[in-house]
Amino acid sequence: MTRLFGKHGWVIGLAALLALLFLFTRLIQPGFGASGLDSLARATLPFAFATAAMAVVVIAGGIDLSVASMMAVAGVTAAVLMDGAGTGFSVFAVVLVLGLGLVMGAINGALIVVTKVPDIVVTLAMLFVWEGTALLILNAPGGAAAPWLRNIVVGSVIFPWLPKAFVVLLICLAVVWVPLRRSKLGLSIYAIGSNELAAYRSGVAIGRTRIAAYALCGLFAAMGGLALTSATGIGEPIPGPYLMASVAAVVLGGVVLGGGRGALLGPIVAVFILRLVRMDLTLLSVDPNITTIVEGSIMVAVVMLGGILAARARS
Amino acid sequence: MSATENIPRLTRMGRFLRDYPIIPLIILLICLIATLEFLRPGIVNERWIGNTIKFAIPLAMLAACQTLTMLTGGIDLSASVAATISAFVMATQVPIVGAPLAICIGLVPAILIGLVNGFGVAACRVHPLIMTLGTGLIATGCLQVYQRFVIASGSVVPEGLAWLGTGRTWGMPNALLVFVPFAVLIIWAQRRTGFGRLLYALGSNETAARISGVRSWQVYLALYALSGLIAGVAGLIYVGLIKAPSLSLVNPLLLPSVAAAVIGGTSIFGGRGGYAGTIVGALILTVLGTLLTLMQIPEGARRIFFGLIILAVTTVYIKLTDQS
Repeated sequence: MTRLFGKHGWVIGLAALLALLFLFTRLIQPGFGASGLDSLARATLPFAFATAAMAVVVIAGGIDLSVASMMAVAGVTAAVLMDGAGTGFSVFAVVLVLGLGLVMGAINGALIVVTKVPDIVVTLAMLFVWEGTALLILNAPGGAAAPWLRNIVVGSVIFPWLPKAFVVLLICLAVVWVPLRRSKLGLSIYAIGSNELAAYRSGVAIGRTRIAAYALCGLFAAMGGLALTSATGIGEPIPGPYLMASVAAVVLGGVVLGGGRGALLGPIVAVFILRLVRMDLTLLSVDPNITTIVEGSIMVAVVMLGGILAARARS
Repeated sequence: MSATENIPRLTRMGRFLRDYPIIPLIILLICLIATLEFLRPGIVNERWIGNTIKFAIPLAMLAACQTLTMLTGGIDLSASVAATISAFVMATQVPIVGAPLAICIGLVPAILIGLVNGFGVAACRVHPLIMTLGTGLIATGCLQVYQRFVIASGSVVPEGLAWLGTGRTWGMPNALLVFVPFAVLIIWAQRRTGFGRLLYALGSNETAARISGVRSWQVYLALYALSGLIAGVAGLIYVGLIKAPSLSLVNPLLLPSVAAAVIGGTSIFGGRGGYAGTIVGALILTVLGTLLTLMQIPEGARRIFFGLIILAVTTVYIKLTDQS
């Protein structure tokens, strides 16, 4: 029990914080129930996918500044393909967009491996490239989302308090992450993030693993783009605020910048915490701008605390 | 002597470029200008050069924040917000307290942001990327709240700043009056002062620097406060150029400022680079922007080119100087 707590202490703490926040929400808004959970889950969906995308590359010891731009490319591609298309073709479009995400991510990874330019610089440059690509595909917000894609995230399933969007999120992440975590590739991703030289000497193909990690990041970003399109019903070529938010959630979720530590669960809990805080502040009818300040302060306070704790542990 | 003759020519060129990293950049800049002149004969004249320099100056100043922080292995992503805040606060305070005092008030929040960054990086050992991202977020929120209180008073850009930002004397922009001493000071400080050498030392090997007796927290605090101040001044000059203070005034310059420092040969991992390269990098980006606008290609393709060129230049640079 203590070992479990020691290993997952951060995530358990986050979950407790989330539970407290739910209680608090219930206190300030006694009517908070199924519909509140539903709107929370739907608002969190794109953020959660962006966070998952960022988490994978950070675990692998990198960072991807182009997450939000890749989401925009995936979102507009989906919206353009689905505009006026039938159900059959729209399913094909979803598969195509997911494939596109993999390819975009793999391009990012391959460029980092081939050019040997630092990952921050490469993904910074690719941020412009993907942003431009999204603008070329769709110059102004437009297109449409297939009706089934919109229905898939609205409402609840099995229990009235279990939002569909939340289930969709869990399934999408689990389908990719759970088998990966158990596989050789998953282990390699943790290995190169933890210590690249040691991983290399243990026979891990560094380059290929890094490309795979970035491809996964692209895949999650494509899911985020699809979630965005299904939420708004149109494609939006200008990237949203997902870069900052995903980095914040990843750090809050206990994934160490520099790599090798953490998992997907922590960042996902963290992203719900951040969204719930925002929702609570809205319920309290606090100025939305103050909400931004609070969010930023939480993020900074958490990383400062984490930094001090880490320094204590070292000394 | 015989040893040097055996070294392949490419390696020797690489070494030469590593010793004088600014030369290939200047060649690239000249090539870009030549392309521009080739596409539109007659465009490169005194007026155009003045304009290019005018727009490159705020970018180069913002890139100074990135260069200095990158020397220690950091980055300052709150620089654009700090610049925007000082420009906006200054412009809205002018009708209330007058221009000179407003300029001083405007620089206060920028320095404050820098001090908070420095505190987080130095005392709490937070990664600079995260720390400056967070303070940038907080500061943006604060600016939006502040805007509510001053919305009635309106905003004025003082004539002095407008003169500095847009005016020109003998064809050259007046902003050079600030920028030239600033650039000389930075280049002198990074090479010849103890503070500058400490930046390189911390960036090359922090543990070694610490063991040698460097009080790293003092250096970080001073560095990020300085970065905030530089960003504030850059914001003031930029608002003099644009003449319309807004809540996202300098934000579009943030990523180009990082790009300018990187193209200029400053290593993002610290310990290598300098401000002279960054200035050329900022000029390259400005000329590139003009070139892409002139070619009348759609906005999307322009951004793609911009990204790819940043990537290409850094790749070639790293290959030639063998930084990896």
